[in-house]
Amino acid sequence: MLMSAADRARFQRASDQSLLIYFGQQITLEAHEHVRRLLRLLELEPIAGVRNLNPAYCSILVKFDALKWRHEKLEEILKRYLGRLEEVTLPEPRQVEIPVCYGGEHGPDLNDVSAMHGVTPAQVIELHSSTTYLVYFLGFVPGFAYLGELPEALVTPRLATPRRRVPPGSVGIAGSQTGVYPVATPGGWRLLGRTPIAMFRSDRDALSLLSIGDRVRFTPISAEQFAALEHA
Amino acid sequence: MSVIQVQAPGLLTTVQDLGREGFGPMGVSPSGAADPVSIRLGNRLLGNAEGEAALEMTLLGGTFLLPQGTIIALTGSDFGATLDAAPIDLWTSVEARPGQTLRVGATRSGARCYLCVNGGIVVKPFLGGASTHLLSGLGGHEGRALRKGDVLRIGPATSSFRKRVLASQALQRLSPRRVLRVTPGPQSDCFPAPSQQLFYESTYRIAEDSNRMGLRLEGPPMAQGSAGEMITEGVSIGAVQITAAGLPIILFVEQQTTGGYAKIANVISADLHSLGQLRPRDEIRFEQVEWETARSLFVEQEKLLTSEDLILG
Repeated sequence: MLMSAADRARFQRASDQSLLIYFGQQITLEAHEHVRRLLRLLELEPIAGVRNLNPAYCSILVKFDALKWRHEKLEEILKRYLGRLEEVTLPEPRQVEIPVCYGGEHGPDLNDVSAMHGVTPAQVIELHSSTTYLVYFLGFVPGFAYLGELPEALVTPRLATPRRRVPPGSVGIAGSQTGVYPVATPGGWRLLGRTPIAMFRSDRDALSLLSIGDRVRFTPISAEQFAALEHA
Repeated sequence: MSVIQVQAPGLLTTVQDLGREGFGPMGVSPSGAADPVSIRLGNRLLGNAEGEAALEMTLLGGTFLLPQGTIIALTGSDFGATLDAAPIDLWTSVEARPGQTLRVGATRSGARCYLCVNGGIVVKPFLGGASTHLLSGLGGHEGRALRKGDVLRIGPATSSFRKRVLASQALQRLSPRRVLRVTPGPQSDCFPAPSQQLFYESTYRIAEDSNRMGLRLEGPPMAQGSAGEMITEGVSIGAVQITAAGLPIILFVEQQTTGGYAKIANVISADLHSLGQLRPRDEIRFEQVEWETARSLFVEQEKLLTSEDLILG
């Protein structure tokens, strides 16, 4: 299935110093696999003059030095990389557990979400914490992992009006995605709970707790456990 | 060791360099000076490497005591600066004697003024760079805007004082623009003709809540709003995304690395520094150019910025 990646990928100019490579226009595991393999290959064998890479669900944005590259020349080189995706070996996915205190002050939207789906808050917690999620990519802000897929019964639209400030560690859902806000930002995802674990820290070797391709499970904890872990 | 003592921080003063590239896979955007041309020129006036860290001041500058003295250069917009009450010129190297005080006032032109010092400002590097990423509280001086009482270290002096000025012709060519030149965005084809027409014919105003993450624009909204919701993808600096309300946001130095709004256009590289000098309520327009034009404008600008004739003295 990966043999066809080079033929099926589509290039699109994004700016005079960047281009997008699309692997289809749908969120699929196959597209995710292509994204990961190309990202890995570009990390192992960097192209001089390529300055940054922004992976997403089914695309990678490649930023380049416009003094060194033109879109069409860089596309030629990237096509050669795409032809080699089959040979890329990816590391075994890491399993990461994230403790979450659901509901109450930490999860202000838990009750609304359960009412919208006609289930109890306990059932929402059970649904959210019994699924293993895939880290599709990190984006938006430092350490923000886009996790999917939510169980069908939890798929919920964003808030109509985003909050001005979502506290760091907040665990939210939007559409079929879930994720943890690493830093305080404005945000429109519905908040089910909060983790005391730092998602992104500048003072440790692995800055981001999660990386692309990781598998994540959320473990419910009590408010007391949250407080204890927060100050640990 | 020479230092800068912050006696008044100004409205929003941060340590910035030319940003840290390469950390997109972690969700970290480059950050860096909002007007990179000004910081590069300031450093060149001092004989620094062009990416040394400097102070970026926004709309209202600060008051800085220089106990050991240093050589400084102010670049960007005119904030009416004085050294011990004597006015000093922009785009010029200036010797500050030990104990002198630099006062930087309110803007008389654009949004940002840079204080560059010989030897650069030294902070603990984060991911190899000195720039502050305000939203995430990373980099720069403790990941935040400066406060009264902060003390900043200055790197070892690289040269003794020599008066250097910027060639006035170069300055003219690099002056910030109000008509921003753009290339088509990755989703520009999704916008119907009337939306395209509105976009290129309208005058937009910079909204008050614009910041280093993005410039929000006010103006006539597009009837159909955006081209619809799309799958989140990587976004480029200068991307002009159209929100559900039908209004543009230009993604800037502290941009989110990925987003789900359709992009109608992207500001060309040669005009990105102009974004850093736009103030709330300033009015702008967009003008589409060919890809080849965007490229040659950038190549020419880089040639000018690295030319020997740029700095006199």
